[in-house]
Amino acid sequence: MSSQALARELRASWAFIERNFNFTKRYWKWELVFFAYTMANSVTMGFIGKGIEAFSGTKLDTSYLILYMLLGSILWGYLSILFEIVAETVAWERWEETIEYTFMAPVRRATHLLSTCGYAILYGILRSGLILVVVSVFFDLDLGRANFLSAAGILAVSSFSFVGLGIVAAVLPLISPEKGVQVVHIFQALLLMFSGVYYEIDVLPVWMQQVGKLSPATYALRGMRASILEGRTMPEMWNDVWPLILLGALLLPLGLMFFKRMEAWAKKRGVLKRSG
Amino acid sequence: MADALLANNIVKAFKKSRKEIKALKGISLRIKEGEIYGLLGPNGSGKSTFIRIASTLLIPDRGSISIFGYDSVSNSASVQRMINRVSVEASFFRKLSAVENLCFSAGLYGIPRREALKKINGLAERFGLDLKRLKDPLEDFSRGMQQKVAIVRAFMTEPKMLLLDEPTTGLDPRAKRDVQSLINDVKNTMNTTMLLTTHDMDEAEKLCDYVAIIHLGRIVASGRPSELKKQLLGKVDNPSFEDVFLEFTGMSIEEAEYQEVESA
Ligand SMILES: Nc1ncnc2c1ncn2[C@@H]1O[C@H](COP(=O)(O)OP(=O)(O)OP(=O)(O)O)[C@@H](O)[C@H]1O
Ligand SMILES: [Mg+2]
Repeated sequence: MSSQALARELRASWAFIERNFNFTKRYWKWELVFFAYTMANSVTMGFIGKGIEAFSGTKLDTSYLILYMLLGSILWGYLSILFEIVAETVAWERWEETIEYTFMAPVRRATHLLSTCGYAILYGILRSGLILVVVSVFFDLDLGRANFLSAAGILAVSSFSFVGLGIVAAVLPLISPEKGVQVVHIFQALLLMFSGVYYEIDVLPVWMQQVGKLSPATYALRGMRASILEGRTMPEMWNDVWPLILLGALLLPLGLMFFKRMEAWAKKRGVLKRSG
Repeated sequence: MADALLANNIVKAFKKSRKEIKALKGISLRIKEGEIYGLLGPNGSGKSTFIRIASTLLIPDRGSISIFGYDSVSNSASVQRMINRVSVEASFFRKLSAVENLCFSAGLYGIPRREALKKINGLAERFGLDLKRLKDPLEDFSRGMQQKVAIVRAFMTEPKMLLLDEPTTGLDPRAKRDVQSLINDVKNTMNTTMLLTTHDMDEAEKLCDYVAIIHLGRIVASGRPSELKKQLLGKVDNPSFEDVFLEFTGMSIEEAEYQEVESA
């Protein structure tokens, strides 16, 4: 790529990020409501952690349990944001009928999708961190041992895979404008179920454990727990980091390739346009 | 003069729930550089479909289009750098302001922000778009105002080829004239090639160097506006350009619209 072409792609990339930031700004009230919703989910999970002691009748490390559940719900919230923003790239642009203008612009599809994802990752990590802090204060949790840096590192590394999956999911609104986004949420719930969102995957039936081993969310959850609950550093968690790197290196290019395929399909079928 | 656009036997059908709509049944045309080429035809005749294929938004079933020598399917990236489009539907992020929408588009075309703002202000002034309103969300704009912003969006990138799909539909007479004069200016000062569709026959006659009349997915007549009118001499006294349209499409504009409503 020439330096001129690179400058063009960078400007385009910034344009996508700025546009998404403008959306967040314009819909800040909705963002607030959505934040409250995620908080409610996280607090509920925290109480489940707390309630376990009462059920079992034995003395447990409640703070640990609450944090354990909380981390599952934080990853849930993080993936929701990521998948939502990426899937909405297509769904929303189709709804607004801007998709034709975005798709006919001289921008690489990779630049388009990765910039949108980059924004989603930043926003998602910020939001997740905020939830963790607020809920910790609420339950008076001890975060003294937590290693936030390596937790953010795990989220960042796992994001390559999540972005790859998100891009695949983004295709769904192209195929089904009405139900596409809902299917993305269903897909997310299934992924997290196999990945041990509120439990270790050992409790799953063996076949589900096998599936879970292929999911980047499994390693992301384990890494997050190790960082926050035990204060591990990235090198100490290498066993969870390398699968994330590997899965990311596979899923991201595959996602992009799949999207380009489906874009060509959409251009043959004439489905970019909403009406007509 | 070089060919700006060369279309060779374009065929496009849409398959929708077992029914097949044959939108284009073999369109071949050639647009010379610096020319304004009018594509006229009744509703549903395939004009927008053709423009979408030229814009790389649709892939034809058969045939090919090249723009300044680049194939619109196999070399779409090169084509995209040379074109822009105005469509009937203004198509914006409705919650974002005009400036936010336009800066986004400018960014996609790699235009630096400061340059974009200068162009936006210049063009907005030209159309009498209130500069203060440009900060308002587009959903608060009237249709005509949105259409003006859409025209700014396309002209701002200074493409070598402009695809104008009914750019003046929905504009008031003054705005219409402003747009028409902008089209002429851009042609004269920048040698921009334009493909224009319109239902305004006076506009077509006034602006176009060459027109093709498309009906049911086929080109039924083409030539310079004056030549087409000449062909009617003897059949109609003192033929207008609307007569040309009616003659070649075999029905009046009103009838054509009626038929569209019936089939819809
Ligand atoms: N994406 C699409 N999916 C299905 N059918 C389509 C699609 N786009 C166009 N068509 C059909 O193809 C035919 C040609 O449509 P097109 O929009 O090209 O006409 P047009 O000449 O631009 O009409 P108008 O003057 O009303 O704008 C119509 O029958 C239309 O319903
Ligand atoms: Mg049309």
